[in-house]
Amino acid sequence: MATAKETILRRIRRATRDVPEGERPEDVPVERGYLLRDEGTREEIVARFAENVAEYRATVRRVAGDELRSAIREALERRGVRRLVVPEDLPEDWVPEGVEALRDGPGSRLTNEELDASDGVLTGCSLGIAQTGTIVLDAGPGQGRRALTLLPDYHLCVVREEQVVGLVPEAFARLEATVREKGRAITFVSGPSATSDIELNRVEGVHGPRTLEVLVVRGRPPAGTG
Amino acid sequence: MTLKARRPDAFSPGRTPPFEETAKESLADAQLRRNLGKATQTIRRKRAAAVGEMPDWEALREAGRALKTRVMRHLDEYLLRLEESVTRAGGTVHWTRDAGEANEIVAGIVKGHGAREVVKVKSIATDEIKLNEHLEREGIKVHETDLAELIIQLAGEESSHILVPAIHKNRAEIRELFLRKLGVEGLSDDPADLTEAARLYLRERFLSAKVGISGANFAVAETGTVCVVESEGNGRMCTTLPEVLVTLMGIEKVIPSWRDFEVFMQLLPRSSTAERMNPYTSFWTGVSEGDGPQEFHLVLLDNGRTNVLEDERGRQALNCIRCSACLNVCPVYERTGGHAYNSVYPGPIGAILTPQLVGIGRDPGPDSLPWASSLCGACYEVCPVKINIPEVLIHLRGKVTRHKQDRGGLSAKLNPENAAMRAMARVFSDPRLYELAQKAARVGQWPLARGGSIRHLPGRLAGWTEVRDLKPVPRQTFREWWRESRGEG
Ligand code: SF4
Repeated sequence: MATAKETILRRIRRATRDVPEGERPEDVPVERGYLLRDEGTREEIVARFAENVAEYRATVRRVAGDELRSAIREALERRGVRRLVVPEDLPEDWVPEGVEALRDGPGSRLTNEELDASDGVLTGCSLGIAQTGTIVLDAGPGQGRRALTLLPDYHLCVVREEQVVGLVPEAFARLEATVREKGRAITFVSGPSATSDIELNRVEGVHGPRTLEVLVVRGRPPAGTG
Repeated sequence: MTLKARRPDAFSPGRTPPFEETAKESLADAQLRRNLGKATQTIRRKRAAAVGEMPDWEALREAGRALKTRVMRHLDEYLLRLEESVTRAGGTVHWTRDAGEANEIVAGIVKGHGAREVVKVKSIATDEIKLNEHLEREGIKVHETDLAELIIQLAGEESSHILVPAIHKNRAEIRELFLRKLGVEGLSDDPADLTEAARLYLRERFLSAKVGISGANFAVAETGTVCVVESEGNGRMCTTLPEVLVTLMGIEKVIPSWRDFEVFMQLLPRSSTAERMNPYTSFWTGVSEGDGPQEFHLVLLDNGRTNVLEDERGRQALNCIRCSACLNVCPVYERTGGHAYNSVYPGPIGAILTPQLVGIGRDPGPDSLPWASSLCGACYEVCPVKINIPEVLIHLRGKVTRHKQDRGGLSAKLNPENAAMRAMARVFSDPRLYELAQKAARVGQWPLARGGSIRHLPGRLAGWTEVRDLKPVPRQTFREWWRESRGEG
């Protein structure tokens, strides 16, 4: 008896018998006439990123490299964060004094309950997309595994200006190697979660961190950090 | 919680009532119409703004259409590539011919892990195969985790909208339901409070579930990457926290390469929720060590999709990326709501997809759907992958009519209704003739329109308003407006 796979493939081939025998998938023309690059200046692109992130009701602050640590401290203080989840490879001096760092890495996993009970999480990111105000996490340096940025109720994310791309196609082009070579999971975050399921009233923060705060850093942080 | 109260739809056994029969019930429900009217108008306006800021929107639509066309013409090859890449990345691929097979495979995986409960993110494909009912029969409790799906599940109803399934319920009704079913007290009807109650209730479920179940918006043949696009974060929860993840996907959801996301991830969010980007999108490639589920199953579902593929003109229905834009612009949908379609796929897309999936001439419900339209063309204009829904509707009307004639013998051939349908099928087979006919209808309609709605159209156009109480044909159709505004025709 034919397997389900064989049957489905046979059905498809019969259904598409109008397709000429020698036609290859690539023979079907796909015209990519859309924009592939944002031609704006760096400053324009970064400003647009900050503006679009803010439109999702996330808090955005642009800071110079040497202001990063104080900006982190202020943000955590304002929020009253005491127990902060951080990926193991996050620069140590990003965590202010007086805040307990709950480090998570391959050797020392926090449980889901610990993540859930924490006050927030601090990470870097892989990319920012200006056109859509999106932060891309790919489990690369300073980001940790997916659960870290999912269970805590507050996410403070550091984006370096040079990580911001203009358009969506630029982001997918940059991520291609991560997917092909490392197969790591990727998450796009565009503002805190939201629902409009009740009479179309938008409510921010359903699951995942209900508060997202973004620090956009100009230039390199001082030597020895990130 | 019982699911027995659910009414049979086109994908469950037995006869499904025709559209006009069910539509009458919805038309009589004033609350439903108010909710729907408010909802669709809001979404329409926002979508237009989100699309309006894209200078390259038409080029993106064209690329989306072309990519989907490429996939459908070579679906066998892309599925084989997908299977290979998912397997290489540590996942397991299952092929299933129909709902029964898919349900059995999913239930088998869940039971194999000794799980009695699963968390699930909304997926129309799982609704299509009635997965929840099957799992519950097998003693497995299914927790729907989208807010709207949770509401629907608690109420024991069916979704009425692809994207906003609980669009027919207002806040007072939802509060009532939560008080009764979630065991919470002192709940106000503020949407923020209602959302918080759902968050707390579901958090427990996410933390304890061993198996997660999802659908997929896209899966990349080249890399094996599967993608779930969402707003609430429950998709991330379901695809990240459980040890085992089972994803059910219609075979038409495959896309060629990673890069193609640059097209679809621009088209989908703006068309569906009218956002530049939806809050969360998850992409995963098989299994990642130490991150997320360590066991991943991808279940590929046919269940009639190869029937759709067989029809060269109807095939484009498979290109749908389920954005729901066509629902929100549809004057028929706006008045009847989703339940009238008796299908998990409502609205214009449902009207062309449902009858093709279940097969023409098998059930009066799906067979009636190609007439659930005023053919105003708005759906085609908004569709991000340029599915020519009116064209397919007309084509399917012809198919249904021919089928009835073939089966009905002489009496059917002499039946005036069929004569009208036949004439209609002729008119509709040519888009230019159709446009002329629609102009004629506009001229001829005024004595028939009462209180802003049409009761009947005269002569051989009578079949157009199989569904009574339609809005008058717009003074200018979208198609005409489009051509004029571009200086053509
Ligand atoms: S048919 Fe087009 S507009 Fe309608 S849901 Fe599908 S993709 Fe969206």
